[in-house]
Amino acid sequence: MPINYYVILAMSLFSIGVVGVLTRRNAIIIFMCIELMLNAVNLLLVAFSKMHYANLAGGSATANVGTEAQLFVFFIMVVAAAEVSVGLAIIVMMYRNIHSVDVNFLNRLKH
Amino acid sequence: MSKLVYLVPLFPLIGFLINGLGRKSLSKSLTGIIGSGVVLASFIVSLLIFNEVRAESTPVIVNLFDFIDVAGLKIPFAFQVDRLSSLFLLVITGVGFLIHLYSTSYMHDEEAPHFARYFSYLNLFVFSMLLLVLGANYLIMFIGWEGVGLCSYLLIGYWFKNTEYGNAARKAFVMNRIGDLGFLLGLFFIIQQFGSLTYLEIFPQAQSAGTAVLTIITLLLFVGATGKSAQIPLYTWLPDAMAGPTPVSALIHAATMVTAGIYMIARSNILYTLAPVSQSVVAIIGLATAILAATIALKQNDIKKVLAYSTVSQLGYMFLGLGVGAYTGAVFHVMTHAFFKALLFLGAGSVIHAMHHEQDIRKMGGLAKKLPITHWTFFIGCVAIAGIPPFSGFFSKDEILVAAYAHNPVLYWIGLGGALMTAFYMFRLYAMTFRGSFRGTHDQEHHLHESPWQMTLPLIVLAVLAAVSGFVGIPELFAPDAHKLNHFLSPVFAASTQLQEAHEITHSTEYMLLGVSIALILAAIAYAWSRFSKNPETGDATGFGKVLVNKWYVDELYDNIISKPLQGLGAVLNKYVEKSGIDGIVNGVGKSVQWGGRQLRLLQSGQVGSYVLWMVLGILLLIVLTLFI
Amino acid sequence: MNITEILFWFLSVLALIGALMMVTNKNPVYSVLWLIVVFFAISGHYILLNAQFLAIVNIIVYAGAIMVLFLFVIMLMNMNADNEPQKNKWLQLAGAVAGGSLLLVIVAALRKSETLAGQHTDAGGTTGLIHNLGQVLFKDFVLPFEISSILFLSAMVGAVVIGKKGD
Repeated sequence: MPINYYVILAMSLFSIGVVGVLTRRNAIIIFMCIELMLNAVNLLLVAFSKMHYANLAGGSATANVGTEAQLFVFFIMVVAAAEVSVGLAIIVMMYRNIHSVDVNFLNRLKH
Repeated sequence: MSKLVYLVPLFPLIGFLINGLGRKSLSKSLTGIIGSGVVLASFIVSLLIFNEVRAESTPVIVNLFDFIDVAGLKIPFAFQVDRLSSLFLLVITGVGFLIHLYSTSYMHDEEAPHFARYFSYLNLFVFSMLLLVLGANYLIMFIGWEGVGLCSYLLIGYWFKNTEYGNAARKAFVMNRIGDLGFLLGLFFIIQQFGSLTYLEIFPQAQSAGTAVLTIITLLLFVGATGKSAQIPLYTWLPDAMAGPTPVSALIHAATMVTAGIYMIARSNILYTLAPVSQSVVAIIGLATAILAATIALKQNDIKKVLAYSTVSQLGYMFLGLGVGAYTGAVFHVMTHAFFKALLFLGAGSVIHAMHHEQDIRKMGGLAKKLPITHWTFFIGCVAIAGIPPFSGFFSKDEILVAAYAHNPVLYWIGLGGALMTAFYMFRLYAMTFRGSFRGTHDQEHHLHESPWQMTLPLIVLAVLAAVSGFVGIPELFAPDAHKLNHFLSPVFAASTQLQEAHEITHSTEYMLLGVSIALILAAIAYAWSRFSKNPETGDATGFGKVLVNKWYVDELYDNIISKPLQGLGAVLNKYVEKSGIDGIVNGVGKSVQWGGRQLRLLQSGQVGSYVLWMVLGILLLIVLTLFI
Repeated sequence: MNITEILFWFLSVLALIGALMMVTNKNPVYSVLWLIVVFFAISGHYILLNAQFLAIVNIIVYAGAIMVLFLFVIMLMNMNADNEPQKNKWLQLAGAVAGGSLLLVIVAALRKSETLAGQHTDAGGTTGLIHNLGQVLFKDFVLPFEISSILFLSAMVGAVVIGKKGD
């Protein structure tokens, strides 16, 4: 498939994630939207790696070509997993303190 | 010796620094010794220089350092020693020293710091005045010109706690500034025309310059002179300047500073000779001032005010002399006037000192017996200023009047009228002060005393000078080649003399003129004497006299046609332009920033959602900027 | 239209629908489920792109572990329906417009970019196998791999510290 399709698909998913972050007030949903955006980027990275490999295949293709980007995605998943564990802990903490996960109650940045 | 001329202004400058900086710690006697001593030192150096210059007729230029050197305009800080400046040096330092000496006694009641302040100002004044006359170019002259104006301001306002004195000082300063503006514009014209300010570079070129340009330059310079030398229309500050201590009036407002204008025109004589229109203006203004001030002096009752108007009047004569081309006569009159007017002022100071600061002559009278030295010296001063031979005023004033007659007889007759008035009001002053019976309080009469030697010695010296100094300028009429001053100054005015057409008048005419003037002056004196010595006028004047007492209402006129409209304009500008216009803009900027801040503050809602929204919009903007533009 | 294209379009539509449903659904539990659908669709894309290992990891880590964690938290808080009324409609609209314009701008920017389509080959079918990735991971990227373990450790400690009751 042409790379443009993947770009547009990934951007669509990413934008939906952005819209979700901007419109929803539930912290958990917002967090899920962030995961969605992360995945959109992952998808784009893998698609680019495939393209990269296809380009190189004409020249000096080796077995390892194209693996770097996939490992990059792998590390992103690692970091995302760590991030989710901390993030959910924070949300639980927030729920415990203000008995809500509505980000509109988090307006103390003004003070 | 001429090379050491920088010592002359240096001594007073050192005195100024010592007295000014050490005023808190120096004792009064030490201050007096330093203040007078430095001027005496200058006088001695001036004498040596004078002695040298007498033999040498070419000017000596002493170049100290380059003052301004920019874009082809080169102005060195240089002194010019020639016959004119050395003569002025003698007068300034000589009379200046006597007045310093006088001041040590006259100002003795002041506290030590103020006493030292007084002497530091006086020394600074002498320094500035010396700069003025020594400068080899108009810029150095201008520095001195401004310096003497400043010192005049400081000394008039010496008793600054009195609001009226402060106002008088400000009036003097502002009026001088008006004149200085003209002077400064004149300098700019000179630079533009000649590309230099140095006398020796300008004067040789003067004949090649156009008459129109020279007329503009000389008129502008004359505006400066009217301010400094108290001529119409800027003369009103001088009578008010009597608010200062009496020795200051003697030194600054009679003997030296006010003659700066005369010196300047005498120095630029070639420019004026080449601009006949300006010369006529100078003569007419001078004569008008002489007459106007003389009429006012007729009715003044303050001893210093009479002398002040007399000074204005005499300055008018000097300008008349300059205007008709009698430069020597004008300088001659400057010299004799310095002697007899300083004498009169110091005498008046002595009287005031004895009368415990009473200045109203209606409350004096009969002082001749109590103050013999003051009385006799004052009498000599009066005779000298009235123009009775063989006292000095006769020679100098007559030289100017004869020159005026040669120029135009009308000028002579009007000038003679002024001279008659001079004789009249001086002897009115003399009679009311020293003759008749005492009209002050008993307490004052009890305390009347002759002044100490520091005050009487200058009086005696000045009286001698006032009596005999006229003999340096005996007219050709009486003895051929006896006019020493004329010979002495001839190199300075040589170029002008060549250009001027000789107005020879016959000896018989001149005898006639002298006879008429002496007879009329004696008559005026006799009238004044008989009228005021026995029954002086003590009441308030009525009718025309009231107009004269109120100085022709000139101050009120200036107030109404200049000050009031300007103040009104200021008030209008303040109310509409300043308050609503400029303040409006300034406040508007502040208010709009405040309003903008209040609106922008709303962005800081503290809600995470809105922050994220703004962040996204920012990213969007960045993407648009990088990808599309 | 070969089988790859059919799969591509199917998975793409599925991912977009899932994402939209996830964002718009009022009930957080449904949102989680829809997100799982999106993850499965993306995993399918990974397989199409010769990243078989990533596809499996994505399902195990994301769709499995992480989303279970989400569900667990949601159920812990007993949130069935997000029925609080939206306070600020304008902010919501602005958010939607901003996200939409972001998409628009990027698509507009990339629309005319040169495509490398046609050079796509199937030659690298083995690239994404665990064998190949393992070779590279434990040779070239062994240090980041070890460091990521420390990251996990610290994340675990952080989560425990934050989640601990009291202070």
